[in-house]
Amino acid sequence: MIAAPPIPAVVNPWLAAAMIATVAITSTIGEVLTAAAMKSIGDLDEIRARAGLKGAIRAVLTCPLFFAGVSFLALAFFSLLFALNHLNLSLAAPAAASLTLVTNAIAAKLFLKENVDRRRWTAAVLVCVGVYLLAH
Amino acid sequence: MSHSKLKPSQYLVLALVAICAPLGDSCLARGMRELPSISLDHPAALIAAVFHPWIAAGIALLIGFFACYLTALSWADLTYVLPTTAFGYVIIALLSHFWLQEYISPYRWAGILLITLGVGFVAQGPSLTEKTPDMHDSPPDTVPDPVPDSVGDRR
Repeated sequence: MIAAPPIPAVVNPWLAAAMIATVAITSTIGEVLTAAAMKSIGDLDEIRARAGLKGAIRAVLTCPLFFAGVSFLALAFFSLLFALNHLNLSLAAPAAASLTLVTNAIAAKLFLKENVDRRRWTAAVLVCVGVYLLAH
Repeated sequence: MSHSKLKPSQYLVLALVAICAPLGDSCLARGMRELPSISLDHPAALIAAVFHPWIAAGIALLIGFFACYLTALSWADLTYVLPTTAFGYVIIALLSHFWLQEYISPYRWAGILLITLGVGFVAQGPSLTEKTPDMHDSPPDTVPDPVPDSVGDRR
């Protein structure tokens, strides 16, 4: 039987917060840029119906904004790998996810001009607290 | 075109977004725990980590997640799609309880309830709200722009 991998040692809380904040910030920038890219491209289902799967892939891969977004998402990915190497999954993943939800709601309203109404703010806060509670 | 009601295929895409992300994260965590501690002095070790089987499986799942996520973002708001990813944690928690017979504390049940409520709130609203010049469903009382913007100028 394969032995369970060791649980990471306890790290400085400020260092843990910095790791989680780095994941959240890079993830938010990446997701906002990616969302902006996909909105500029248009409905992928319609593009695929019109120009096939290759046409849809080409539409995505020829959008510079998409690559800017993916670059930040790659940064977020390696930040998450680094954080998972030092923190428990039950802390790092939910904490980063819940923080990202709130920062994304703010960024979507500011930069993507989405109508983040009371319903969506409520949902963001509920999901944020819910993800936090799941880690306990 | 109305964006407030999603088609069954679009709900399937959102379901895949919810399932693939937490499964991918779990595989990454499992793989990273099997590796020795990585310091910032040796960042190349992070690149080498992607060839670990568990991490490679996690990356494959996250690529599937990303494809579905991009598709969802092309017809829905970021603030509509993101709660769906958090709903994946609920799916994992329920699977671990009913399939693996794991204990779920009252805190976790409260978390599951809150996330479900939050996703329910968002799902009842429209999937796309931001105003872009290429919106197909412009109000009938407005005069359409005689020179429509090109695809690259939509933002």
